[in-house]
Amino acid sequence: MNIHEYQAKELLRSYGVPVPDGRVAHNVDNAATAAEELGGERWVVKAQIHAGGRGKGGGVKVASSIDEVRQYTNQMIGAQLVTPQTGAEGRLVQRVLVEQASNIEKEYYLGMVIDRASQRITVIASASGGMNIEEVAKETPERVIREAVDPAVGLMGFQCRKIAAKIGLRGKQIGEASKLMLALYRAFRDKDALLVEINPLAETGDGALIAVDAKISFDGNALYRHQDITELRDFDEEDSKEVEATGHGLNYIALDGNVGCIVNGAGLAMATMDAISFHKGKPANFLDVGGGASPEKVGNAFRIVLQDPNVKIILVNIFAGINRCDWIAEGLVQAMRDLEINVPIVVRLAGTNVELGAPILEQSGFPFIMADNLDDAATRVMTTLEASS
Amino acid sequence: MSVFVHKHSRVIIQGFTGQHATFHAEEAMKNGTTVVGGVTPGKGGQEHLGLPVFDTVSQAVSETGADVAGIFVPPPFAADAIMEALEAGVGVAVVIADGIPVQDMVKVKRYAKDRNAVIIGPNTPGIITPDACKVGIMPSHIYTPGRIGVVSRSGTLNYEAVQQMSELGMGQSTSVGIGGDPVNGTDFVTVLRAFEEDAETDAVIMIGEIGGQQEVEAARWARDNMKKPVVGFIAGVSAPPGRRMGHAGAIISGQADTANAKMDMMEELGVHVVRNPALIGETAHRVFS
Repeated sequence: MNIHEYQAKELLRSYGVPVPDGRVAHNVDNAATAAEELGGERWVVKAQIHAGGRGKGGGVKVASSIDEVRQYTNQMIGAQLVTPQTGAEGRLVQRVLVEQASNIEKEYYLGMVIDRASQRITVIASASGGMNIEEVAKETPERVIREAVDPAVGLMGFQCRKIAAKIGLRGKQIGEASKLMLALYRAFRDKDALLVEINPLAETGDGALIAVDAKISFDGNALYRHQDITELRDFDEEDSKEVEATGHGLNYIALDGNVGCIVNGAGLAMATMDAISFHKGKPANFLDVGGGASPEKVGNAFRIVLQDPNVKIILVNIFAGINRCDWIAEGLVQAMRDLEINVPIVVRLAGTNVELGAPILEQSGFPFIMADNLDDAATRVMTTLEASS
Repeated sequence: MSVFVHKHSRVIIQGFTGQHATFHAEEAMKNGTTVVGGVTPGKGGQEHLGLPVFDTVSQAVSETGADVAGIFVPPPFAADAIMEALEAGVGVAVVIADGIPVQDMVKVKRYAKDRNAVIIGPNTPGIITPDACKVGIMPSHIYTPGRIGVVSRSGTLNYEAVQQMSELGMGQSTSVGIGGDPVNGTDFVTVLRAFEEDAETDAVIMIGEIGGQQEVEAARWARDNMKKPVVGFIAGVSAPPGRRMGHAGAIISGQADTANAKMDMMEELGVHVVRNPALIGETAHRVFS
């Protein structure tokens, strides 16, 4: 689960990480008032959306007067902000963060992740801040410092000092950076984060360090023990179909093709999309109905897939393990009765009770296109699509 | 001998008296598994499925001589249950739960570091040596005894591959689901090593997915250490970057994480890569015969 920059900064501030003084504003007047209250001569106006790369899309502006704060806020709020991560349609900006501009002398990168190789929380730091860390790692791997944390003892001071020295910090900055890293680690650990990124971590004119940007992702599987974090979720930043699917215990991700997919199991759902792609088709979605798919769940899956107007055909691929094919078949027939389904449906059933499931579909009177196996299913999807176009 | 579990394995079930655990314990016994008892705290002394129930894993182990634990405990309590199994001295702990917080698994891995045990999962259908020992939730009727080792991150894609194998008359020595989480108990390398050392395995099918580099590491290990052929597939060629595809671990975080990048690397390292998931069985049949 992701949160907004202003929420991330509030959380980090509460742990003692230095962040710029700032206010959230939902309209132009709020933004002007915020800037006046903050004081100073220069402010940064930052569009609050979950996607990164906001600066490239005009979502981060430095204002030298209250009028400019008004002007930039006016441009941002209500607009669709397009960044390299939003796709062409962009994301609606509903609020901005107004901050005192920091006097930045130098930029560093500081992040924490759960590293899959070491299987530990790992600090990542670099003297090359303000850039995409992946590109830095690719171009100049020697400039990316990694330090894994032993979960038995947590991040230690000596590790922080080592990291600080390696990215070129000196004098009292070493102690300051260590304090900052330990605070960041505590926040990461306490709140079950998956990723924390401060990019850039800025050195200001007087040598002090401050988190100019902040991004945090949390472990969705741990939200049950973090009510405070759960409350920060912004449903406007998520696809409404995906949110609805989650509510029904389905895992749905919208894609841009025309072959709707209803599958059980994440791996098989991906493989089904791959098989379609292998036959030059384009999947419209990823959808995992999960284990124990009831007829009701199957119906909800159809409803969600059909909300996408691009869907021209649906492939149902069920390999029943703990599921039962007869139950799935009943769900399919029920969905055909309840919903107005005007696209062809290719069905492939395998596994538990397949001998009971197939006759239910065949005797239903609905024109299901039955497939024998995965390859046959993908082939039938493509021939049916071609025949109807 | 197959790998990790075999016909002499003595299995206990943690969370024994729960609905799912009960169903799958019965299924396992029908498939030839020696289940010797189970653990449900507070129900020690009772009988379930004609077997003894214990309050703690260490009681269960000392009373029954169990060496394998099937853990059917919900995600919030799973890390504790795994550590309890390791502390009690089981050799193999199979963790079915999907949704364990990642930082819990980081601690489990640390706890397991100096203990000589294999953790299968979490977020796995489990492990099966057909007709000898099944610890998990997979449909046992699709598996047949044979000489091909199967290892996968996904459950249903494992079933898919096994079904394709069965249609061509290929059986399995052992099928291992290592699970779909980013931090898991056992990685591909560990399973490949076990298959390489197993006299009853002739070849291996390895099924991975987007996210992380462990399939590539495994392919590199195989090139340097394995004589047995490996057929490999990576799911998620059509997955968009930055999105979690159902499994917590199935996310493209960088160029090297994509299915194509991983399959290209695996191919370069000598794995027989299948690009179409519908042809896993066919490719294995061609390569292995």
